[in-house]
Amino acid sequence: MPFIESTAVHGKAYDVIVVGSGAGGGQSAYTLTLEGASVLMLEAGRNYEPARETAMFQTPELAPLREVITPDKPFGFYDATVGGGWQVPGEPYVQTSNDDPGRFDWWRPRMLGGRTNHWGRISLRNGSYDFKPHSRDGLGFDWPISYEDMAPYYDKVEMLIGVYGANDGLENTPGSPPGCLLTPPKPLVSDLLIADRSGKLGIPVIAGHRAVLTQALDWKSLPAKLHPGNATAQQLVARSMQQRAPCLWATPCGRGCSVSANYQSVTVHIPPALASGKLDILTDAMVYEITLDKMGKANGVSFVDKKTGRHRHATARVVVLAASPCESARILLNSKSASFPNGLANSSGKVGRYLMDTVGADLQGQVPLLENLPPHNEDGVSGLHMYTPWWLYKDAAKLGFARGYHIEFGGGRKMPDMGTGAGLEWLTGGSYGRKFKQDVRRYYGSFVHFSGRGEMIPNENSYCDIDPTVKDKWGIPVLRFHWQWSEHETRQAAHMQATFARIIEAMGGRVSGEVQTDGARAIHPGGSIIHEVGGAIMGEEAARSVSNKWCQTWDVSNVFITDGAPFPSNADKNPTLTIMANAWRVCDHILERMRRKEI
Amino acid sequence: MDRRTTLKWVLAAAGAMAGPQRLVYGLERADSGAHAHDTSATKGYGIDPDLSRVYKPGELWPLTLTGPQRDTARVLCDLIIPADSSSPSASEVGVVDFIDEWISAPYSQQRQDRGTILKGLAWLDTEAALRYAPSTSFAALTHEQQTAVCDDICLLEKAKPPLAEAANFFARYRDLTAGGFYTTPQGRQDVRYVGNVPMTHFDGPPPEVLKKVGLA
Repeated sequence: MPFIESTAVHGKAYDVIVVGSGAGGGQSAYTLTLEGASVLMLEAGRNYEPARETAMFQTPELAPLREVITPDKPFGFYDATVGGGWQVPGEPYVQTSNDDPGRFDWWRPRMLGGRTNHWGRISLRNGSYDFKPHSRDGLGFDWPISYEDMAPYYDKVEMLIGVYGANDGLENTPGSPPGCLLTPPKPLVSDLLIADRSGKLGIPVIAGHRAVLTQALDWKSLPAKLHPGNATAQQLVARSMQQRAPCLWATPCGRGCSVSANYQSVTVHIPPALASGKLDILTDAMVYEITLDKMGKANGVSFVDKKTGRHRHATARVVVLAASPCESARILLNSKSASFPNGLANSSGKVGRYLMDTVGADLQGQVPLLENLPPHNEDGVSGLHMYTPWWLYKDAAKLGFARGYHIEFGGGRKMPDMGTGAGLEWLTGGSYGRKFKQDVRRYYGSFVHFSGRGEMIPNENSYCDIDPTVKDKWGIPVLRFHWQWSEHETRQAAHMQATFARIIEAMGGRVSGEVQTDGARAIHPGGSIIHEVGGAIMGEEAARSVSNKWCQTWDVSNVFITDGAPFPSNADKNPTLTIMANAWRVCDHILERMRRKEI
Repeated sequence: MDRRTTLKWVLAAAGAMAGPQRLVYGLERADSGAHAHDTSATKGYGIDPDLSRVYKPGELWPLTLTGPQRDTARVLCDLIIPADSSSPSASEVGVVDFIDEWISAPYSQQRQDRGTILKGLAWLDTEAALRYAPSTSFAALTHEQQTAVCDDICLLEKAKPPLAEAANFFARYRDLTAGGFYTTPQGRQDVRYVGNVPMTHFDGPPPEVLKKVGLA
């Protein structure tokens, strides 16, 4: 009975409780159950079935308001997110500032699979520099592990979830061993033009890496590499891989995928875990506290059954938090007891601290060379066929900011939407009538856009704590956010803008709107890139971090964290692949310690 | 590009920035209070709507436009996107219904547009009466007369200062008309969008495309 009711947990003792079902929770449940541990997964949102629920080929005119974003569906009507969002009714949070530079916007999807349902699927490995940033420039923190510790897990995750990409041998941009990556999709014409003109500026452009099956997974050989010596796990994983179809080269991945061609926790991690018979899943269960036994060890969690409003308790030998960094921090901070008056595992005072997002700035341009191209299908994999990794490592001293960014770009004759034909006055002189129709045909598909995604250095002024007065509708104290960018981030955002303008001009194009030279205005608000990490960082010393290198809290030995909260830095590389690799690494360690009966 | 198309991203960022003006987030749905004076619908489709059904204007919230307003809206839609050899006019593919759906929606962006559009449609009639005959309406003017009015407001930078608000209205109306039109099957056909079909392989740009941009 994999999906259970809240009453069913009473009296049951699991090996491990996993809080959350996204990249961290999904990977944790997968690793633990396939290696024999019994797991209860608790998810605050509802169950979600992509095969039945995903809107795959629906066109905008079938939706309300032509599918545009609204406060109800912040990424568009057909976006995969079906619960939660920027705001969750009855579950507020507090900002200490409402100005853009001081804001942190918190994205909280509440559904099985969490953020993995709609995410961009961009799957980049952190490089060796990214694990030791403090050693390189004296800022922020080193990870207590190195690239070599993570590499085998990057290999495994890539093989399991299916990531396309290529090995380009660029600095701090790791390749993968043979057999890990799938063939990258063919570039679009805009990609090729950007690559050509960027190349002339000394800016590299290489194949993107995304968790989309450009070909079927090799289910005959991969399972043995993932689970050597474990015939049962191999069988389950082989079967699960066979259930996934290769990409149909249509419809945006952000809607989810009904044929499981891209990675979602619900289509990749959870099915084999469920098939193992070792996983129970309880949805609509919002965990708010880790409970302790008399010895000071965790013995389970308390949660609200959101269907009934009842508070319940579940029991396990080990608790793994993967609720999203801020929610995991909230659970720890709200787990107060005589021995932990300031929250569980918070003797360092570091829970909630060093919250990070990604530096983001965007620019769009119009390129005459791309006008009036012969019609052809440019849907592709719906994102990032190619990208630019950070390329100015040698120039760090003279840039005025310490860390780098990568560039995500795109263009093409994509499905027309409410932006098609809109805001063209700067090109058309305000045409209407037949001339306008000709203009729209001419400019359709001729736009390119650039998104910089860069590293933020953790600082003392960006953190969350518990608001002293506000509670959610269940009576649980809520988070309060404090946020501040440093000049390392704002200058980086200004550099992004200048770089994008150079590339657009090198393409013979024109920038749409202003090139923002003030980085503080170019940068998107904290949290808006949805690369929330930090808040319970791992480190070498108990006084300066929340957990050790196994993401095991220093204070309570059977509490682990496998979402992005333990990240001591937030490289420009999108965090999801690293969350999964790290979760697998941590869960291997948990299994080993459980076998040795140490926890 | 990552999880978003450009437009979605830009709109999402703008939406996030516009965000609620209160420090406590999530206590209630967006949009409460700000438009208390108008009586249009206050309930959206919710965070977990049925994605598989087909939605028609008027099903989720009551529509707004009166008969005369629809006449003005239709005429303006078709001045912006008339029929030609490639495709029908905007009103022929339901864009007036779409604009009515849009300005009747309970979300902040749409409520803001509601004011702009209703005022602008009224302005067109007033302007028609001022310019041509006291009892006439914009819809009743000749095509040449209608065009003369539009020519004065089709670009903000060139509009005379007293017409700035009307020019803003025209720009917004043109955007909505275009968005409404190019998101229909006829609109997609017009710009020759050929995607959204399942395929077994993806070939990238054909040789003639590469040749045209000089990358062959």
